[in-house]
Amino acid sequence: MAKELWKGNEAVAEAAIRAGCRYFFGYPITPQNEIPEYFSRHMPEHGGVFLQAESEVAAINMTYGAAGSGARVMTSSSSPGISLKQEGISYIAGAELPVVIVNMMRGGPGLGSIAPGQADYFQATRGGGNGDYRTVTLAPATIQEMTDLTQEAFDIADLYRIPVLILADGMIGQMMEAVEWKKPRARKLPAKDWATDGTKGKREHNIVNSLFIDPKDCSAHNIRLQQKHDKITQNEIRYEEYLTDDAEVLFVAYGTTARICQSAALKLREAGVKAGVFRPISLWPYPEKELYACANRGSVKTVVCAEMSMGQMIDDVKIALNGTKPIRFFGTGGGTFPTPAELMNVARAALEEV
Amino acid sequence: MAIVYQRSKGLTEIEQHFCPGCTHGVIHKLVAEVLEELDIIGSTVGVASVGCSAFAYNYFSCDMQQAAHGRAPAVATGIKRVHPDLAVFTYQGDGDLAAIGTAEIVHAAMRGEKITAIFVNNAIYGMTGGQMAPTTLLGQKATTAPQGRNKEQHGSPIRMAEMLATLDGCAYSERVMVTDPASIARAKRAIKKAFTLQLAGAGFTMVELLSTCPTNWGLSPIEAVGWLKENLVPYYPLGVYADRSEQKEEATR
Ligand SMILES: Cc1ncc(C[n+]2csc(CCOP(=O)(O)OP(=O)(O)O)c2C)c(N)n1
Ligand code: SF4
Ligand SMILES: [Mg+2]
Repeated sequence: MAKELWKGNEAVAEAAIRAGCRYFFGYPITPQNEIPEYFSRHMPEHGGVFLQAESEVAAINMTYGAAGSGARVMTSSSSPGISLKQEGISYIAGAELPVVIVNMMRGGPGLGSIAPGQADYFQATRGGGNGDYRTVTLAPATIQEMTDLTQEAFDIADLYRIPVLILADGMIGQMMEAVEWKKPRARKLPAKDWATDGTKGKREHNIVNSLFIDPKDCSAHNIRLQQKHDKITQNEIRYEEYLTDDAEVLFVAYGTTARICQSAALKLREAGVKAGVFRPISLWPYPEKELYACANRGSVKTVVCAEMSMGQMIDDVKIALNGTKPIRFFGTGGGTFPTPAELMNVARAALEEV
Repeated sequence: MAIVYQRSKGLTEIEQHFCPGCTHGVIHKLVAEVLEELDIIGSTVGVASVGCSAFAYNYFSCDMQQAAHGRAPAVATGIKRVHPDLAVFTYQGDGDLAAIGTAEIVHAAMRGEKITAIFVNNAIYGMTGGQMAPTTLLGQKATTAPQGRNKEQHGSPIRMAEMLATLDGCAYSERVMVTDPASIARAKRAIKKAFTLQLAGAGFTMVELLSTCPTNWGLSPIEAVGWLKENLVPYYPLGVYADRSEQKEEATR
């Protein structure tokens, strides 16, 4: 199929419609406003519903209600708005509802900046809401990948009845790139026989709920959720290796930062330094074993973790490598990017040290 | 033998947990009877909230969702937008609807969301043990207002039935009580009217029910009914505050 030029925010919305999403509830915030705007224009054409909520709190709870009624549904926001959605995400996880959430991250904390950031990694992968739950977190590095992952996100959500977060940043949301609309891989998805769509007098009532007042029931519920999380960890790990075969210095980075690391690795190779990039795509479940294997295959002497944050994913890199390799961190804060030159210097310094 | 009275089919067989003399149970019964009489048990989704009525999802026999504290109108909106043909109602206490969930109820009413809010006003936070609610009367004691509610510090109690009635999207708003057979019959008519208007597509509908909480008011069930009539009713007058039954026809004109 032909390639088309798409803006990231509009592409993710179009991808959702193509994935069968017909309900979107959101609230304006930069740098993701083109997402609700796109849905407001195009949902009606598909017989769907776009609704601008009074807040992100309301939007995530509308999403809860719609998902609980059996719909494919999405909500989106950027960092401060995603903070407001955390209560709802915890309830969605507790009630085991399939929901897709987009976070076009910006600088923080607080109102921060409206420029791209990656400082919501902890919130995304550790759970910003209360309780023992996990959110599948997918981090695209290109607009093409974001559109492909959107279909996957809906399928994963339906398959496991779990919230799935597409974690991108203002860069990916705002830039334009070529997109080829691919035919999604068809997954076999379970029927939503648990949804509240009216008993029609033909079955017992369905209940969508996260309350388990008897501690024994709550404990059993959590154990069941954990079994589900284990299954997802087995089946849904995604990552990409770039020039890693003979790499002596290995960058670990995701999303926009990974792309800058790839440029740095190429330039380093031109200068005779063997550099490669390990790019986690699923941030939860984290490609822990895969990163360990990549870093310990033979050639890698040192690891550089780069993020547009003051150091969040580095915790997972440390857990994965478990002391087997020296790790350096390079981070930029609040809406600024690392440059390839800065990353090259860090890589050289790291190599000199080993 | 002819059956003259039985448990409504709108309720499950599960035993309810309310304290003796609490009128939450009466209100459950009225909603269930209305669902049964309108023959919509199979085409209704209810939304339970957070408060003493949290377990409403176990008690109503229609499909149910449980919402976070105050968020029931947003959850109901999501359900109704997916299933416009179903009846959707929320069942919320005064802390839930008039404190933490004020934004959600106001905007559901503003949008004219075609849902029915069953608003149980007992002027107290029942579930958490008797803290002050936005509806607690001036001078009324609560565990977080041990000297009684004070206007200077807490402001005057909020009247939701009147407030929401000012919004064009609010097709019906009535305040009732459930203290004796006549008022219970009146309350049931209000609930039935609200559901009927919802199904006709008129807009947002709410019935505010003054309700007893003998446990946290520190009164016997009988005393609680007397206290409600003497104190709550004068501040929260019963009556219809919005009736835009004709709204649908106007909108299409
Ligand atoms: C976010 C959140 N904050 C606080 C609570 C604690 N809480 C549970 S019920 C309740 C008050 C409920 O009062 P009301 O809505 O008046 O219902 P009632 O019990 O009186 O029927 C509160 C504050 C909660 N569950 N969730
Ligand atoms: S605490 Fe009050 S509102 Fe709650 S069940 Fe008991 S009497 Fe009813
Ligand atoms: Mg109350």
